[in-house]
Amino acid sequence: MSAKKADAKPNVSAEELMGHYREMLLIRRFEEKAGQLYGMGLIGGFCHLYIGQEAVVVGLEAAAEEGDKRVTSYRDHGHMLACGMDPKGVMAELTGRTGGYSKGKGGSMHMFSKEKHFYGGHGIVAAQVPLGAGLAFADKYLGNGRVTFAYFGDGAANQGQVYETYNMAELWDLPVVFVIENNQYAMGMSVKRSTKSPSLWERGAAYGIPGEEVDGMDVLAVKAAGERAVAHCRSGKGPYILEVKTYRYRGHSMSDPAKYRTREEVQKMKDERDPIDQVRDMLLTGKHASEDDLKAIDKEIKAIVNDAAEFSKTSPEPDLSELWTDIYADQ
Amino acid sequence: MAIEILMPALSPTMEEGTLAKWLVKEGDTVSSGDILAEIETDKATMEFEAVDEGVIGKILIAAGTEGVKVNTAIAVLLEDGEDASAAVASSAPAEAAAPAAAKAPAEAKGPVATSVPQSPDWAEGTKMKQMTVREALREGMSEEMRRDETVYLMGEEVGEYQGAYKISQGMLDEFGPKRVVDTPITEHGFAGIAVGSAMAGLRPIVEFMTFNFAMQAVDHIINSAAKTLYMSGGQMGAPMVFRGPNGAAARVGAQHSQDYTAWYMQIPGLKVVSPYSAADAKGLMKTAIRDNNPVIFLENEIMYGKSFDVPDVDDFTIPFGKAKIEREGTDVTIVSFSIGMTYALAAADKLAEDGISAEVINLRTIRPMDTETILASVRKTNRCVTVEEGWPQGSVGGFISGVIMQEAFDYLDAPVITLTGKDVPMPYAANLEKHALLTVDEVVDACKKVTYR
Repeated sequence: MSAKKADAKPNVSAEELMGHYREMLLIRRFEEKAGQLYGMGLIGGFCHLYIGQEAVVVGLEAAAEEGDKRVTSYRDHGHMLACGMDPKGVMAELTGRTGGYSKGKGGSMHMFSKEKHFYGGHGIVAAQVPLGAGLAFADKYLGNGRVTFAYFGDGAANQGQVYETYNMAELWDLPVVFVIENNQYAMGMSVKRSTKSPSLWERGAAYGIPGEEVDGMDVLAVKAAGERAVAHCRSGKGPYILEVKTYRYRGHSMSDPAKYRTREEVQKMKDERDPIDQVRDMLLTGKHASEDDLKAIDKEIKAIVNDAAEFSKTSPEPDLSELWTDIYADQ
Repeated sequence: MAIEILMPALSPTMEEGTLAKWLVKEGDTVSSGDILAEIETDKATMEFEAVDEGVIGKILIAAGTEGVKVNTAIAVLLEDGEDASAAVASSAPAEAAAPAAAKAPAEAKGPVATSVPQSPDWAEGTKMKQMTVREALREGMSEEMRRDETVYLMGEEVGEYQGAYKISQGMLDEFGPKRVVDTPITEHGFAGIAVGSAMAGLRPIVEFMTFNFAMQAVDHIINSAAKTLYMSGGQMGAPMVFRGPNGAAARVGAQHSQDYTAWYMQIPGLKVVSPYSAADAKGLMKTAIRDNNPVIFLENEIMYGKSFDVPDVDDFTIPFGKAKIEREGTDVTIVSFSIGMTYALAAADKLAEDGISAEVINLRTIRPMDTETILASVRKTNRCVTVEEGWPQGSVGGFISGVIMQEAFDYLDAPVITLTGKDVPMPYAANLEKHALLTVDEVVDACKKVTYR
């Protein structure tokens, strides 16, 4: 039933490690900048940062092929950057400007990219799970060999529609990877306080869906698990569950003081498990890169993020006529 | 004493059926539980069992007879020692013996329209064929599925069972299980899956066994289907149809009897249609499937078995946003939709007897609503009565009344009357249900009130 856990480190090239480093760093710096812009009042409403969880999307995107689909919740900036969406378009959506992916009409929680096969950006906890299975339904119907990654959190994992979806996804052999990003807190509710289930991925067994737990702070482990999941789905065997154990450093949203956990807990995670530091150490100890090489990457990422921030401030607000567009297709 | 065996009601809305086959013959001894006959309703063929013991004395309705009304005596069962002559003598009080309950819903429905004025939907002289609303829905779906490979039907019992209300009968055979997809009973889940598939390029038709169950799925209908186009800045949406019977059926109680038209009509991003006739059903269904937006398609179970003329042409569609003047008149405008049209048209007939000429508008599309046609009519008649089975507060009629007040206030000679179902959960008792719904007399009275008669 359950697949084996990753035990051996896969062989990895310097180039690949550098790639992961760069992508994770982009997400982190982007999110730090978003937090800053929020503090300046340039970003409004809800804003859910992905800092600490970067290895999840970067590892899984490394296991995806061109044309594979992804859908997630409202904590979506990292997913968009990882699948190759333009940081400028994402940041400008956060500031509600016309240059944003949804022309400023979606906001932090609602962005989409047909080009990059990113299907949102959904604000109702767990709603993206059946939607993701539906994307896979379409792929199976069309016979195009594509796989969908449906991301959701440990909080969503207790919603009923997840299990309705598990049942049908397995019944119909849909090519969907259910990715439970278990960051251990559903807003302020810790996993231990919300369920007595020892693990979330094992719930799939009730429906016949295989899966495994993954160290979500280790990008290589995530990638390796992602490859197993994708291979299972693409071979027509139906869905697969990955419970990726991760950690969010920031509050649930910008307005969350995160009093439900100790500073020490967060600090320990940052000091000992940080996904970016882990890759950085690998690069340096393996002599794949020098401090100077990494500094150059830091500088490059900083420039990309600053450009995105600048764009998000200068891109104009949407014209008032946009209020009335995109309500109906062919309107 | 001889017992009359009566034609049974085998579904909440059955009024008549076909006595398909007798499985006993005169002279046979039967005991409780024996299968006597096969009876075909518009939904299914059902076996009919004996309740009492005895000998089949006389078969009153021959096998193969169509249109046998519920509670008609179909055979006589003799007790030991009786002979068949007892049967004839006892057949008279059959009507009195019939339970009142089975008749009540039929009375509440009102007749179907007979007058068909010139219609903007088809040219005069168009060849017509008769079909039921049920057949029209099926034909509309099937034609579109033949035309477009990405259209598929999904829902509970749509496939192997041939449709809980037989709408999809035969479609599994024609299109196969890939395109006629039986789901487990999980409205929330399969509605979400269908929306996701629409975002990825398919055109699902989601059948809710009834719209009551769509409340389980309403988050996906509104948050996932209706809003995505806007939230994505026009990049992607959900071209799909949510369809099924809406509103009260007959004697099915509060949780299964609710008209959701007013709920859905409020949502930007949704289109909402509710056919009355078979022509509406077919033409609007084809348009709904082709529309690039999520469409709420509200049917009515009681109308499924009603027959109407439908244009016998290659590709019959009815555009959204165009109401139909079903009957022209000069004294009062009656606006309705779906089963409400049966009350409206019956009332118009009665009013005509009293010299009041009613214009009857069949809305068909609730959103976008053809308010121009309503306003033009009200400017002519100066009076308006709206008719629907839904509840009064926040009703379709309330919206129409507001539009008329704002756009044609100076034309009104009387306040608009918005007739609705009563402001109560649907009761079960036959007499209470009848009064919770509308009656033709209420429509007649309202029209007389606004015309000061």
